[in-house]
Amino acid sequence: MSDADQEAWAELFGLAPPPGAGDPEPRRRGLMARLRENLSKPRQTISPQLAGIYAGKFVTPETWDELEEALIAADCGMDASLSLVEDLREEAAQGRITSGADVATALTREMATRMAPEPARIPLDGHPTVILIVGVNGSGKTTTVGKFAHRLSELGQTVVIGAADTFRAAAIDQLAVWAERSGAQLVRQAQGADPGAVAYDTVASATARGADVALIDTAGRLQTQHNLMEELRKVAAVVGKIDETAPHEVLLVLDATTGQNGLSQARLFNEAVGLTGVVLTKVDGAARGGIAVAIRRELGIPVKLVGSGEKLEDLQPFDARSFARAIFSPED
Amino acid sequence: MFDALTDKLQGIFSGLRGRGKLTDADIDAAMRAIRLSLLEADVSLPVVKQLTTAIAARAKGAEVMDSLTPDQQVVKIVSEELTTLMGEANVALPLASKPPTIVLMAGLQGSGKTTCCAKLARHFRQQGRAPMLVACDVHRPAAAEQLAVLGTQIDVPVHREEGRDAVAIARNGIEAARKLGRDLVIVDTAGRLSIDADMMDELVRIKDAVQPTSVVLVIDAMTGQTAVDVAKAFADAVDFDGVALTKLDGDARGGAALSVRAVSGKPILFIGTGEKLEALEPFHPDRMASRILGMGDVMSLIEKAQQTVDPGDAKALEQKIRGGSMTLEDFLDQMQQVRKMGPMSQVLGMIPGFRNATKGRDLNVDDGQINRVEAIIRSMTLQERRHPEIINGSRRRRIASGSGTSVQEVNQLLSQFKQMRKLMKQMGRGGLPPGLFGT
Repeated sequence: MSDADQEAWAELFGLAPPPGAGDPEPRRRGLMARLRENLSKPRQTISPQLAGIYAGKFVTPETWDELEEALIAADCGMDASLSLVEDLREEAAQGRITSGADVATALTREMATRMAPEPARIPLDGHPTVILIVGVNGSGKTTTVGKFAHRLSELGQTVVIGAADTFRAAAIDQLAVWAERSGAQLVRQAQGADPGAVAYDTVASATARGADVALIDTAGRLQTQHNLMEELRKVAAVVGKIDETAPHEVLLVLDATTGQNGLSQARLFNEAVGLTGVVLTKVDGAARGGIAVAIRRELGIPVKLVGSGEKLEDLQPFDARSFARAIFSPED
Repeated sequence: MFDALTDKLQGIFSGLRGRGKLTDADIDAAMRAIRLSLLEADVSLPVVKQLTTAIAARAKGAEVMDSLTPDQQVVKIVSEELTTLMGEANVALPLASKPPTIVLMAGLQGSGKTTCCAKLARHFRQQGRAPMLVACDVHRPAAAEQLAVLGTQIDVPVHREEGRDAVAIARNGIEAARKLGRDLVIVDTAGRLSIDADMMDELVRIKDAVQPTSVVLVIDAMTGQTAVDVAKAFADAVDFDGVALTKLDGDARGGAALSVRAVSGKPILFIGTGEKLEALEPFHPDRMASRILGMGDVMSLIEKAQQTVDPGDAKALEQKIRGGSMTLEDFLDQMQQVRKMGPMSQVLGMIPGFRNATKGRDLNVDDGQINRVEAIIRSMTLQERRHPEIINGSRRRRIASGSGTSVQEVNQLLSQFKQMRKLMKQMGRGGLPPGLFGT
């Protein structure tokens, strides 16, 4: 793990910064460069629509229509897109935005503020800190748990992973591979076992061993499946029996290619288990994860982690400024 | 019709009844509402533009201008245009003239390829074919293991290898299928980002190696605006022949279906509608159009009812109802028939306007209530279910504690049932009770 990475993760977890930590600015650039690299494999980083707007010498009424379309095309949703365009138009009316370049600056700033006004934090102050990973099928929960455990281990945190996805065939085996890679302890039962019991065992085992973090993977479920959502509610309640402050974090894993259904996901998962943050996965060239803007706007739930590729180091603490720059800024 | 778009269009056109003539401004306002509705359903922007242009042209024609109900006319046009764009119903997966038929599955990570492979294999096995599955996802940990477990569940052989060369595994898999005399091979591949050149290249090499009869692109129904880019990238790389749309059992409006179809011109072959391996259904363009427009899915509801309700049982029940001899046993039976159609929330969601009226909230209140009613009846003895009049105070207390409810709830159920039976008896005699239906 590079120094810049280590600092970013230490900051996320509220751990003491590693020795030699310097000015945060170069780190942000490092993160942004990596994200942009991941984002830009064989393509340009920003959409052609945005590139067209930014190239404009002056803003015209068409600029705003095009901007609205560009935001919708990034899955920001109608309401969030319209309100953002409205605010920028207001700035333009006051003469603070006159060129395409001004639009780029203002858009990047507004996006960062709207996605997360505060730096992401996942404080590790529980004994252990219990983190529940939830989401719909195929959003990337198990992979996220694996990468996350790896990061925690690298920072010297002891991790117990709970394989509470007892439904999907071979989900436990998949997690076992990740646990081995990260050196984390895995608590598992047979497929079809009660996920609540697995979660309970995980936290009990983490407590007994004095582990720092209990990381619980859950089965994918569509937010409209009432019985499965009730089951999830139970999983959250069960870990609360060991430590009434647990789970300390409930993270919704959200595929960045998700459209407006992401709002329904966030709303219903939040009602069931009270989300503390979003992990935006599979952010790549085509998918910009604009739905996270809509979720933050409507429910106030911020993005805390972002995953942008297949490699272990592709899971990063979410830095709204870097993210907005990587996705909405023209090339430096 | 009670759906959101209809409501909006009614609002736009309502002022117009007095004037009696549509203006271009009215049409423009209507088009904006349609555009918004389609975007909210995740139809990709270029496709929305293409659609609204076509709809506007027709809406300005005589069929709407002269209509007394322009809102309904416009909705009809939208629905027709959507259905047309969505393509043909029930396109079958083409089979090879000389077996084995080889089907290559491709898609993004997490779109549901592995589950879809197993569902397809089960489907073909039901049809009397001898399918085989080949596990070529060498990237995701335990992906081959997952396919192997699913294969065991549906009793279909799975070819898997320890190696890391997906192309070789695919080739060996086909060879193994030929040797075993299997007539249909389904090749599962790793999920890949459409912009990952190396991974897309691997897919092309697998395709070259196995020479599939058809390539199926698996798309998540919850996909947003990127659906067009994904469809384009996979069409360019492997020229897929059809689409499987997954996770349609949730509340996604599924605009991605329209985007993929519009961009690739390829038919949607199957839809995935649940976690269970039998939850694979043929595609109906008109129903998908209704869903995208938020108009509910009455056809599917009727079909589900027909599948779950046994006509013989229904006849017998009708007799009982007419004779006023329906028991709590019959009542429980009825309740379970409805529940067999799916969770109450899902069944209700198919009713036009329902989803919209509730905005996705509180859909599950009824499930909880039904659960309690069911628990109460299940805590009764058979004798009690058949002759509820014998249930006295002590029996009530036992039933309440047995079902985890209160005596009040048991009382409520019993008195409601009594009233219902009385009402049914009267209706069976052909006479409606006075006061009912405002007479």
